Amino acid sequence: MGGSLILLIVLAVVVLYGISAYNGLINLKNQTLNAFKQIDVQLKRRHDLIPNLVSAVKGAMDFERQTLEAVIQARNQAVAAGANAGPGVMKQVAAAENQLSAALSRFNVVVEQYPQLKATGNVMQLQEELTSTENRIGFSRQAYNDTATQYNTKQQQFPTNLFAGLAKATPAELWEITDEAERAVPQVDLSMKPKA
Amino acid sequence: MTDEAGLNLFQQQEANRRRTTWLVIGFVLFFAWLGFGGDLVYYLGTKGAEPDAYRHTFPWFGLLLTGIGAGIARYGFSTGPTKVLWATGATEILEPTTDKERQLVNVVEEMAIAAGLPRPRIWIVPDADPNAFATGLEATHAHIAVTHGLLDLCSRDELQAVIAHELGHVKNLDVRLMTTLAALVGAVALMHDGTSRLLGRGLRLGGGRSGGGGSRGGKKGGLGQLAIILLVLWILSWILAPLITRLLAMAVSRKREYLADAMGAQFTRNPMALATALQKIEGAESPTSTIKQGAAHLCIADPLGRRTNLREGRLSNFFGTHPPMAARIARLKGMAYQRLKTEEGWSPATG
Repeated sequence: MGGSLILLIVLAVVVLYGISAYNGLINLKNQTLNAFKQIDVQLKRRHDLIPNLVSAVKGAMDFERQTLEAVIQARNQAVAAGANAGPGVMKQVAAAENQLSAALSRFNVVVEQYPQLKATGNVMQLQEELTSTENRIGFSRQAYNDTATQYNTKQQQFPTNLFAGLAKATPAELWEITDEAERAVPQVDLSMKPKA
Repeated sequence: MTDEAGLNLFQQQEANRRRTTWLVIGFVLFFAWLGFGGDLVYYLGTKGAEPDAYRHTFPWFGLLLTGIGAGIARYGFSTGPTKVLWATGATEILEPTTDKERQLVNVVEEMAIAAGLPRPRIWIVPDADPNAFATGLEATHAHIAVTHGLLDLCSRDELQAVIAHELGHVKNLDVRLMTTLAALVGAVALMHDGTSRLLGRGLRLGGGRSGGGGSRGGKKGGLGQLAIILLVLWILSWILAPLITRLLAMAVSRKREYLADAMGAQFTRNPMALATALQKIEGAESPTSTIKQGAAHLCIADPLGRRTNLREGRLSNFFGTHPPMAARIARLKGMAYQRLKTEEGWSPATG
């Protein structure tokens, strides 16, 4: 009698733990998915912002056509790549977005050279918006990576890993910088040695 | 204390979470001892009494204390968050009008993304002293308020770091935790005051009544040795109770500050920005007069600017809602150092 009662209690504890582990995994899975979608949302925000920015500075920067056109072109490519985005073409989207990032940072350097342009309220506002958008994209990727790491760790840790199959949990891929140039650590030579 | 600075931000979070758990467990056990411990002593004392005498079998004292605590907590939950905002005279930013406000809204949105939370409502407090606080019982319905002084003082990165710290509080549900602890401290203080006043009056009224009570207590060997020891311990606990519960609650508050710092560092991946922001805030001498003491534990820095933050005195540290600034900055620098050393992170600002 006593033995079966203990067995029953142990069984109940195991079942309750299983339920909470399962729900925890499902919760993290959905959070990871949501974090991934958030990146898309922020990329879209960037695409919508660029036409405004370009039209605001167009008049004053007529002589910097090349830079502006590069931004517009990169933006259109990124929009096109994003339109048929899916798990398979992730690489293309990332490449197009990286191109756009590069074009935008060149554009920012150019704007810095025109103090009178920077002084215009409109441009300053748009630059703040651009900074914020770039940050948002970065932070949404970071949040995705943090959530995905948490999700992956939970799947591998004992004893939650016993329920990973039941919750159909599979490791989530982390967002990585695909552009080699962006990853490279800048080489600074401070040795003061004369170049050979 | 010394090796804390050698931890990276995730280890910092882990360490502070673990410590709060133990502190809260300790707090709850002590609170239970204060309430149900008395019932236990009374039960042991009256166990051997005659059949027709009173026997303490129902733990009414513990339930009463718990009930008072629950009542105060309920009141705090229902009025606290809005009252704090109302008391500071904060105004909500619905449509940003100035550049600074626009920046603030953007920064809050960015940090909400980094924290994976919906955007909290944003308020501005008309106070020249730099400070910020968060309130709201749920992570999904939070409020963040910053003072004018903070907006003027901080760079974009520093503002971001301060907001990240506040969102750390929001994500950890610190408002709920600290409101509950404050309610339990309040319940203990209330009972302590009430009892000592009653006792004082009872003694002055003379021994007639207390004699009657004593005979009921069981002269007939009802009080065993164990019961007497427990009774003495219990009375001693009650004498020290207001102090001990307060100290425990403050200790929890300080751990939550460290935790929010580490959460902020995780959201921005830039611990040095918070370190410099804290330095700047510390440099501003004046106390934040608009923020009342009740909301102190939710602020980025103690609104009173108490001496605990300036001097790392041993005793004075125990009563602060916030750890000494120097210790916080040292830990943040440690996190920045660990980050540089491992280079495991990616830079969020450049995406």
